[in-house]
This record gives sequence, C-alpha cells and structure tokens, in this order.
Amino acid sequence: MNLLKTAFVAGALAAATLPASAADISGAGATFPYPIYAKWADAYKKETGVGLNYQSIGSGGGIKQIQAKTVTFGASDAPLKGEELEKAGLVQFPMVMGGIVPVVNLEGVAPGELVIDGPLLARIFLGEVKTWNDPAIVKLNPSAKLTSQAIVVVHRSDGSGTTFNFATYLAEMSADWKTKVGANTAVEWPVGVGAKGNEGVAQNVANTKGSIGYVEYAYAKQNKLIHTKMINKDGKTVSPVAATFQAAAANAKWDSQPGYGVILANQPGAESWPMTAATWILIHKQPKDAGAASEALKFFSWAYEKGAKMANELDYIPMPANVAASVKTTWAKEIKDASGKPLFAATH
Amino acid sequence: MEPMEKRSVSDFAISNASVAQPVSASLAKALRRLRINDKVFHSITRAAAFFVLFLLSAIVVSLIIGAAPALQKFGFGFLTSERWNPVTENFGAFAPIYGTIITSLIAMVIAVPIGLLITLFLTELCPMWLRRPIGIAIELLAGIPSIIYGIWGLFVLAPFLQAHVQPFLIDLFGNVPVLSTLFAGPPYGIGILTSSLILAIMVLPFITSISRDVFEAVPPMLKEAAYGLGFTTWEVVRYVVLPYARVGVIGGVMLGLGRALGETMAVTFVIGNAHKVSSSLLAPGTTIASTIANEFTEAVGDIYTSSLIALGLLLFVITFTVLAAARFMLMKIERRQGCA
Repeated sequence: MNLLKTAFVAGALAAATLPASAADISGAGATFPYPIYAKWADAYKKETGVGLNYQSIGSGGGIKQIQAKTVTFGASDAPLKGEELEKAGLVQFPMVMGGIVPVVNLEGVAPGELVIDGPLLARIFLGEVKTWNDPAIVKLNPSAKLTSQAIVVVHRSDGSGTTFNFATYLAEMSADWKTKVGANTAVEWPVGVGAKGNEGVAQNVANTKGSIGYVEYAYAKQNKLIHTKMINKDGKTVSPVAATFQAAAANAKWDSQPGYGVILANQPGAESWPMTAATWILIHKQPKDAGAASEALKFFSWAYEKGAKMANELDYIPMPANVAASVKTTWAKEIKDASGKPLFAATH
Repeated sequence: MEPMEKRSVSDFAISNASVAQPVSASLAKALRRLRINDKVFHSITRAAAFFVLFLLSAIVVSLIIGAAPALQKFGFGFLTSERWNPVTENFGAFAPIYGTIITSLIAMVIAVPIGLLITLFLTELCPMWLRRPIGIAIELLAGIPSIIYGIWGLFVLAPFLQAHVQPFLIDLFGNVPVLSTLFAGPPYGIGILTSSLILAIMVLPFITSISRDVFEAVPPMLKEAAYGLGFTTWEVVRYVVLPYARVGVIGGVMLGLGRALGETMAVTFVIGNAHKVSSSLLAPGTTIASTIANEFTEAVGDIYTSSLIALGLLLFVITFTVLAAARFMLMKIERRQGCA
C-alpha cells in the first residue's frame, strides 16, 4: 500500500507544479517538433516576456484539442485535408521540417556507404527481401560487403508522424505497399519488431546485428548510426544532410494542396532527399480569444524570421523564406476577429 | 476522544462550582455535542468511502461508453480477430489479449517458485541478522519505478539475452519437437520471453512479502510440535507451513498476477510491439496495456480510439476478475485464522 501512497503523492506534486500562466500562448499536439517549439518558446519569452505553454500530447490529441477550442493552436505531423479544415474552420500552415533517414546495423558497412531506393525499401519492410545479399540490394551496391545475414526490420510501435511520412513515401514508391499496408500514423506492419519513439528505434538498431530502421535525422546523427543514401525521384543518389532536406522543401509545390498540406515524400529535384517531412500548425479562422491568437501569430512570425539558427542546431530544417512569406499572406487574408478585422498585418 | 472527555468533565466541575447550574442539563448538552461530532465524523468517512465506489463506477461507465462504437462495429469478432490495421480501421484484440496472458503466466511460473524459496529462507532458515537486509532489499525492488525496469530491460537485459541466452536456447532445443517451436526464430533480444523475465522480477516482491506474512502467521506451536516429532526442516515446510499458508500464498500470487497483467511501461520497452500471435517465445508480441500506451496519443478517428478504449475495458475485466479471486481467497484465510 506504500506504493500506492507514493504514487498518489507524486501525482499530486506533478499536478501542482504544472504551469498555468494566463498570459501564455497555449498549444498542444505533435511530439516530433516539441524540442524546437520549446527552444523557440524559451528564447521568445526572454525577448518579449510572452511565454508558450506547449503540450506534446501527440498529433491526434492536438487536432482534438483545437477542435474543442481548449488551446490557441494545435499541431499535427499529418496535414488535415481541405474539407476537414473547411468543416472545422481552421487555417493550417507548415512550421518546421525534418528528415527521415534509414539506418542499418551491418558489420563492415560505413555510414553513407549503402545505397537504397524506394521500391527496395518497401520490399524490405514488406518482408519480401529477407537477407542482406539479396540480388536487389547487391545490384545497387555492387562493391559493398554483404552477407546472407537475415534482415531484422525495426519500426515504430507508437503512432507517429515519422511513421506517417515514411509509410506515405513507401506507398508512393510501391503499389504493393499501398494496397497491403497503406499509410497512417500507425500501420499493420508485415514484419519486424516495434520500438517506442525515435530513441527506441535507434537503440534497437544499434543493438541488433543485421537490422534496418527509420528515424528522424537528429537521432541518426546523435546516435552515430549507419545511415544509408537514397536514390531520389530524379534518379540521383543523395545523402541525408540539411541541404538535401531543404532542396526537397524548396522544390515542393506548397500551394498545390489546401492548407499547405503537401507531403514532402519523393519531391522532384536533383538534390532532394526523398523522405523529408513537415509539421503543421492549426489555428481557428475566427478564434474565440482573438488576443491570444494574435499573440500566437506574432510568435510564429518571430519563429519564421529568427528561429532558423536554433532549428538548425537541433537538426530541424527551417521553412524556406518564400513559404514563410506566403503563409503570412494567408494569415492576413483568413484569420480575423469577431468584427472581421484581420489579426495579422502582412507588413508586421 | 480522550482529551476531549477530560476537558468536558473538568469544565462541568468548574461550571458547577462557580455557577451551580443543574448537572444533568450541561451533561446532556456535552453528550449531545459529542454525539454530533461522532455523526459528522461518521458521515465524512462514509462519504470518502462512497466516493471510491462512485469513482469506480464512473470509470467503468466511461470505459463502456468509449468502447461502444468499436464493440458495436466488430462484435464478438473483436475478441478473436488478430488483425490490427489502423489504415483500414479493422481492429481485433486477440494478439494483445494473448500477449497479456502469456507474458503474465510465464512471469508467474518463474516468480512463484523463486518467491516461495526466498520466503522460506527468510522465515524458516535465515539467521536473524540477515533477515532485515534481505527483506528490505526485496521491498526496495517493489519501489523501483517500472520505467527503470523498462530501460534496464532494453539496454542491459535484452542485449545480454540476444548475445548469450537466446542463441543457446535456440541451439539447445533445435531438435526437440515442441520446444523447438517455442524457441524458434532469430534472437531479437526483445520479445515475449524478455518481457516475461522483466515481469517476473517486478512481481517477485509482491509474492514474497505477502507469503512472508502468511508464513509468519503459522502458529509456532504447530511447527515446534512437528520438530519435536523429529521432522526435518523440509518436512515441516512441506507438511505444516505450506498446507497452513496455502490459501494466503495463492492470494499473494493473484495480486502479483494482477500487477503483471496491467504492467505498461516496462513491457512496452522490451516486448517488441508486434500485433501478432507467434508460436515462438522469442518472437515480438504485444500486450493490452502496451498497445494503449503506444498508440493512444496519435490515434485519430473514432473507431481507432474506441478500439483502444475497448482494449482498456478488456484489461479492466481481466484484472478485476483476478483481483476479486485474490480478495476472496484472502478473506477465506482470514476467517480460518480467526477460528484457530
């Protein structure tokens, strides 16, 4: 019973220490951008005195919270469709991006040595390519030392935007994947072991000989995992670095989807990394609390202008300037208070 | 209560002496005040107790309401289907139910004998000076947060099992008919067996501390009589202690089982989280609690969320049954001890 008591006291303490400042901007949603939002919020608070209370409860939770109007903005790794935005009266825009990188654990293979392409990646994750010396792998890597070692697939066990973007890319590259598995924040994996979070996948790949997994770029870099190169839409072999993620973002046609809901998988361009992913902010067109919404827009505008360096430090990819400018025009046009006055002036 | 009575009595003495009020009136007033105090106290405690009942039923009702859409859509098939596809929104709970029960059972198979051996050593054989350190060590095991077990399992136990234990098991049972299927497949390190081991460590303190209480409740007269008749220690344990404490030990085992069934974080880290029923114990699986922990945050859509809540309801039913059985058995032993 002592256990129960301890748990109860710990819970009460945690509840008591939750911040609840009225002047703060409140937001909830995706876990993937949480570190950069927290860093921006810290810097913004020092500069302006306005704080941000962001709860990383997951994209699904973020969408529910903004629909219930309990927060000023929601955040999601998977974009809402045009009609969903229309129905809920929401404006959607991309805030920051990241890259998804395949990582392997193979003896005698250096980081960036192995080259794979989309169809092959799909066949590996479908369980059709079972060993590392499969002709499909050898064909792309004639000089690599590959043995008959079994391939251990490691995927995310929790629902995540990373999985959504990864599965979307595979569905685009492989008709089999599209019909058998499809794309969502969690999918019915044909093979492999599931690990919780990017850190879980990174840890499992590092532990398991012959394994392959997919993680956010930052985790591949920080855990010094063996990343692979990818062949992109233009048939060029690219490495996962900030420049290739940015190339994918720059080459994307952001206005082709309502709410900038472009999935950055398989974008054209010789330099584009094929698995780049954006994360989105959702805010009401006619917010209940116009003051809070206006503060939030000021914060996002500040983040577009001054947040790039901090984003790079944490291995996120800032939005290109042209996209940020276009987003600001959208704010000025669509987000209004009860009297119909725009909450954000484009010349801010 | 006592200081209050004392004060009231001395109050009467003073008031009687100085004002010469009628004794009976002030006494009745004081008694009435005490009675009201007691009544208030009584209703406050009752309200607190009923609050628990209210909470419990509120949780059950909200689970049922939340689970209703999924149960309506899939019906009985929800219990028997192995599919878990968030893309097509086709959900079945068989894999998590299987994983929950099999990991808990294996954990009990490992933890019960070890727990009983520890208890026997502590109560019957251990020198006095060693009892406290061992007893405290076991209780400290119960105090370690489950996330620590999970991290330890993932970073230390799983790589060790993968490198040393699992290849050995696969080789050892490779040609034995049934065991070769139980220990088949590549050594992932994580999987059903690893999470069972972690669970076994986690329930050990529950089994040990409860069986220690019941073993100590065995009347010394019985044991001394048996020793007097020339029983060996083993015979005393076998014919006196165990029969006397049997029901209580089962109660402790059930409480441990309840804990194992609901364990979330530690299992999530080491089970491999694959929605599959596999014949091999080395293969990845999933449990009800770990599925909910993994997928609830990012579950979008009514049926998906509702299926996860339905899983929660199932876990509640399973755990409630186990705990009710444990309560019942503990009640029985208490009654028997009352008679003795």
